[in-house]
Amino acid sequence: MRYLVRRSLWTIAALLGVSVLIFVLVRLLPGTIVDILTGTEGQLSADQKAAVMHEFGLDRPVPVQYGLWLVSMAHGNFGVSFRSGQPVGDLLVSRLPITIELAVLCVVGVAIVGIPLGILASVSRSVRVKTLVQIVGLLGLSVPNFWIAVLLIIFASYQFHWLPALIYVPVWSQPWVNLQQMFLPVLSLSLGLVAVVVRMTRSSMLEVLSQEFVKVAQAKGVPPFGVLLRHALRNALIPIITVLGLQVGYLLGGVVITEQIFGLPGLGWMLLNGVYQRDYPVVQGTVMLFAATFVVVNLAVDLAYTYLDPRIRYE
Amino acid sequence: MSQPLPIVAPSPGAAGRRRAAARWLRALRRTPVALIGAVTIACIVLIALLAPVLAPVGPSAQIATPLLQPGKTFIAGTDQLGRDELNRLIYGARVSLYVGVLAVAVALGIGGTTGVAAGFFGGWLDNVAMRVMDVLFSLPALVLAIAITAILGPSLTNVMLAIGIVYAPTFARIARGPTLAVVRLPYIEAARAIGASTSAIVLRHVVPNVSAPLLVQTTVSLSTAILTEAALSFLGLGTQPPTPSWGLMLSDARQYMLIDPWIAVLPGIAIAVTVLGFNLLGDGLRDLLDPRIRIL
Repeated sequence: MRYLVRRSLWTIAALLGVSVLIFVLVRLLPGTIVDILTGTEGQLSADQKAAVMHEFGLDRPVPVQYGLWLVSMAHGNFGVSFRSGQPVGDLLVSRLPITIELAVLCVVGVAIVGIPLGILASVSRSVRVKTLVQIVGLLGLSVPNFWIAVLLIIFASYQFHWLPALIYVPVWSQPWVNLQQMFLPVLSLSLGLVAVVVRMTRSSMLEVLSQEFVKVAQAKGVPPFGVLLRHALRNALIPIITVLGLQVGYLLGGVVITEQIFGLPGLGWMLLNGVYQRDYPVVQGTVMLFAATFVVVNLAVDLAYTYLDPRIRYE
Repeated sequence: MSQPLPIVAPSPGAAGRRRAAARWLRALRRTPVALIGAVTIACIVLIALLAPVLAPVGPSAQIATPLLQPGKTFIAGTDQLGRDELNRLIYGARVSLYVGVLAVAVALGIGGTTGVAAGFFGGWLDNVAMRVMDVLFSLPALVLAIAITAILGPSLTNVMLAIGIVYAPTFARIARGPTLAVVRLPYIEAARAIGASTSAIVLRHVVPNVSAPLLVQTTVSLSTAILTEAALSFLGLGTQPPTPSWGLMLSDARQYMLIDPWIAVLPGIAIAVTVLGFNLLGDGLRDLLDPRIRIL
């Protein structure tokens, strides 16, 4: 319990650190937002410029700006998009489900395919299987997911005369159409991860399978499948979960490119458009949300350990 | 780090070094994965170095009809502006390696120094430095890289810097562990007692103990750095045209990929092969240097 409190406090501290980082980075930008706005909206006089600065609070001292920003974020107010005039908070809320759906489908798909394949590969101890799994695992780390996405689009268009839909359909309005839209993005993000998880599962299983209690289970006549799943897998899961958790960072990065390629208007899409249009409130808000998601997932992975292995108790 | 780390003796003389090189070669032969990786990378480095010879036309000359399929005159076809695709791929190797190596050097410089200093001096320095690294760790790598390049502006140098900053925390953590482990050992105390300066102790007694894990991390990071450069360039936030970056070529190809799939396929292969080479080498090195396996 004390661990949980300390861990959560640290999570909050890390997010505060991220907020300072983002705030400082954005202030390092060359030119002010006024120049950027006037660049597209014609010349403004000095008075008008000052008025714009005042409207966005850019004329206050920097620490005050930071404080105000932090307080308003704590109230769920992430500012207003410089471009569209919409509240960033509302935008985030509307984009987040798409990214979450993409990430969850990926993690579930990777676990469903990768873990059984890894168990299958752990049945053999031959060097050939080891090298094959090692190389395929490294291949999974090496092939860029955006290239897989491009290849999938080419393949689907030649083979099935299919192209990514231009308009995103939310899962609650037309679930089937939505899943069809999600299929290729999820596939492009998951393929590499599956290879990584297969490798991790295999090595983790092999380590557990060489332990005494597995031999005891075999000796007392537990069927091989039962040994594999009930005795070995349960104990091998921790490193696998760790790897899956670590890969969430990779997934959250991959989401940015995948959403862009497949035209899914999620968080990554929002971040990139914010960057392209130099819409700072949007960039700040999305980066904060990415950090929050990442930190919370890591916290969840830590807590999952105690559930999976009661021997682990945090003090 | 759960495994015990090897304690390395101070550096050997010239004869010892030759023996060490021979041992490395023998060990490489016993880990085929590392060997394949080393050969792949050697080939790509060679291609990059010999680019002016292998690709005399250069990456920017518009010499033929756009979007030619691969054929006899143009082995890899031409791109959307009628530039020789093979020439661009060859020069792309230069960009990838250049950005990768410099970015990892930045990461190693910042992270390695921070980690060793934090572990060696401890106290508030350790606390502050590692907390800063933790903050950098709370962002997904690509998101942080995008945020930094967005602010620095898209260019080759900035991409390099951004990637270097993003991967610095990993190096810091890896360098700190073994440093902490050796600082308390008697021979450091002995070195101090005979009057060795701090910098001499760090260089002669701490750095050799940190170098093995850092070497593995450097190799693996080269692969991620090259991937990240490709990703940033793909998003238009990295290398700018007309510089032939593989990520940028892939991104340009997206508009034409249904007419000429080759221009979308080839840069991806180039990225994958290079990154795989570094990953194989890194993985092999990890096995080689793992004290539990002890091949070396």
